[in-house]
Amino acid sequence: MHQASQEVFKIEHFVVEGLHCPKCIREIEGTLAENKKIKNARVNLSTQRLAVEWSQETDNALARSEEIITALDNIGFKAFPFKNANISAEEDRVSKSLLRAMAVSGFAAANVMLLSVAVWGGSDMNESTRSLMHWVSAAIVLPAAAYAGQPFFRSALAALKGKRLNMDVPISLAVILTCAMSLFETIIQSDQTYYDAVVMLLFFLLIGRYLDQKMRSHARSVAHNLMSYKVSKASLLHDDGTTEDVAVEMLVPGQIIQVIAGDKIPIDGKVVSGVSDIDTSIVTGETIPQKTKTDDIVYAGTINLNGTLSIEITATTGNTLLDEIIVLMETAEQGRAKYVKLADRAAQIYAPLVHFLAAATFLGWLVLSNIGWELSLINAIAVLIITCPCALGLAVPVVQVVASSRLFKAGILVKAADGLERLAEIDTVIFDKTGTLTLGQPELANGDDETVSDFNLELAASVAKTSSHPLCRALIVACHDRDLPTIATTSEIREEPGMGLEATINGLEVRLGNREWCGINANYLPNNRYSELWLKAKGATPVLFCFKDRMRSDAHDVVQWFIRRKMKVILLSGDRKDVVEEAAEELGISRYKHSCKPQDKIEIIERMKDNGDKILMVGDGINDAPALSAADVSISPSSAAEISQNAADFIFQSQKLDTIVRAYQVSVSSRQLVFTNFALAAIYNIIAVPFAAAGMLTPLIAAIAMSMSSIVVTGNALRLNFEKLYKSHDA
Amino acid sequence: MDILILLIPAALFLGLVGLVAFMWTLRAGQYDDIEGISYRALFEEDDIEKEQKKKED
Repeated sequence: MHQASQEVFKIEHFVVEGLHCPKCIREIEGTLAENKKIKNARVNLSTQRLAVEWSQETDNALARSEEIITALDNIGFKAFPFKNANISAEEDRVSKSLLRAMAVSGFAAANVMLLSVAVWGGSDMNESTRSLMHWVSAAIVLPAAAYAGQPFFRSALAALKGKRLNMDVPISLAVILTCAMSLFETIIQSDQTYYDAVVMLLFFLLIGRYLDQKMRSHARSVAHNLMSYKVSKASLLHDDGTTEDVAVEMLVPGQIIQVIAGDKIPIDGKVVSGVSDIDTSIVTGETIPQKTKTDDIVYAGTINLNGTLSIEITATTGNTLLDEIIVLMETAEQGRAKYVKLADRAAQIYAPLVHFLAAATFLGWLVLSNIGWELSLINAIAVLIITCPCALGLAVPVVQVVASSRLFKAGILVKAADGLERLAEIDTVIFDKTGTLTLGQPELANGDDETVSDFNLELAASVAKTSSHPLCRALIVACHDRDLPTIATTSEIREEPGMGLEATINGLEVRLGNREWCGINANYLPNNRYSELWLKAKGATPVLFCFKDRMRSDAHDVVQWFIRRKMKVILLSGDRKDVVEEAAEELGISRYKHSCKPQDKIEIIERMKDNGDKILMVGDGINDAPALSAADVSISPSSAAEISQNAADFIFQSQKLDTIVRAYQVSVSSRQLVFTNFALAAIYNIIAVPFAAAGMLTPLIAAIAMSMSSIVVTGNALRLNFEKLYKSHDA
Repeated sequence: MDILILLIPAALFLGLVGLVAFMWTLRAGQYDDIEGISYRALFEEDDIEKEQKKKED
């Protein structure tokens, strides 16, 4: 254990963006090999990660990782420290142990089958040879089953301890009883043993489990990579005016950090100097940037738009806004009724039924015939074997694997194991607005106004073109849309933080910025609905540019798709009334609520859940995270805050919303396929059980029946690949 | 049927060799990067390893 933790310390993982070719591997490994401090650097193309092993330990871990990031930056790669190394190591361990169990059961199945076929086909085989075959089979199968059955035994034991029944209970019971019975038959030198059935059952089930686990851990690994792209360091301001990059975890209250324009504010704090606009949409859902000056409180996750801010840290881990959200999330999660997976629900019906049938067979033979208790018991166990949970055990995992891989190709990551099942049951969709229905990027809203002429737009864009402010960029986009060139400025463009820009164009002095900057009276064209920019050329009437948050291109289609299917669609936003009303009208949503705090969102969800509604929550902001955990199932875009991505069951990567419809469609079809699979397994049992109960079962029939049912179930699941999925029109 | 005394152990032995080989490859991390490893086979005995050697000296 100690050694393991030490290894984790010495090896550091990075996520590398744009890693796709063999040349990348060589360039990165070649460059890092020149560094003497690095013992070994290895790129993993499948996970898009780089593992660096250091030759000696150093104290300053951050400086070390910084060195790698700079080195990679020099050769054109963007690297980020990978944050979830522990989780991914754990998943790796689980999938490796499943793979090992699968290999052992596969080996045993192949070898035992050789012997079994010989026994079944060898009618002239004498008794002692057959007995030898059985003993050899026992020697292979008993240890193999003890090893390969562990994943099932453990899960079954855990379920029984919690007084529940899951699919692994009948599977474990079948494995153990079949082994015991076969051993007994071998000892009394009877001719019927079921060793092959045991290992074949385990082998098939383990294949399904392994693929299921692999698919899910792949999706989660991509999700973790996405999360690591978010930077978590701050630039600490020293008394002498110099700055130093430190990890956010190392900061203490009282320290002062500097945040330059365009950067995310890393931690909660109070502004001590500087003026700027702050985009708080990720925290509050409000789209209009907030003016921030000295003594204002700012929150981690918000974005500093213009102007440099010095911020005194007021709270560190444990006291931030994010921590309050986490507390809300935890309460919300406790309120969430424990979802019972379909397979477990099936097991709750199936297991008692099968055990009852077996018991009835035993008693029936014992009372109504004179074959003795041993043979009666053997017939009872035969019932347990033939009702083989193989098809049932595979019914869910194979569908999950096919569905997840289909969704993965469509850009949707399935994070939760039972997410698909829960998604299929929804009847209500709740959308967040900012960043979910919209892209969180402003676009020009009053382009049709007379004052926004080509000339004025051109002029404004010419001043704006050097700025990285989102509103300025929106101006330039609007300019491109009208095919206008921007005028080259002869003078320098001056930027006043928190105010605006100033330049001389064609000898004309032009200012672009807020009201104050352009010297405009607050009563002139009042506006508290849109983000605004003013253009003031000397001697001309000031021009107002309004901006609104850009809708995702297919938001309307997707909302209407759900409404057409008689689902309740609700809009819950933290944004102000006018903006939310306008968005709801544009999308055709009749139920909406504005100015929602995180608590409000949870309350509404809880109330609807009490009324029996099954809710899908789609959201991205920090303020949505509690709602995402409270809802029955949740989806986040990959642009969402880290905490929301953690809470969500699904993550979609596209700019469009139609992926949500696709995820829903796949989940509904998967559910149908799972039910067909259950039905197939049931039909098979209805045919086979009477034979077993009548004592007419032979090991050969058992083996054929098991393989056939597994193939049928798998083939049925593959039909999901032919399903036609929704695509929004302009796709 | 005496030949079985030879054949069964032979079959089992071969199977076990396969199983052990698989376990070894798994432990050696040969399945950790399925995509990258196919390209690595094409790398020449190249600079990276030379660098590595230089460092060890």
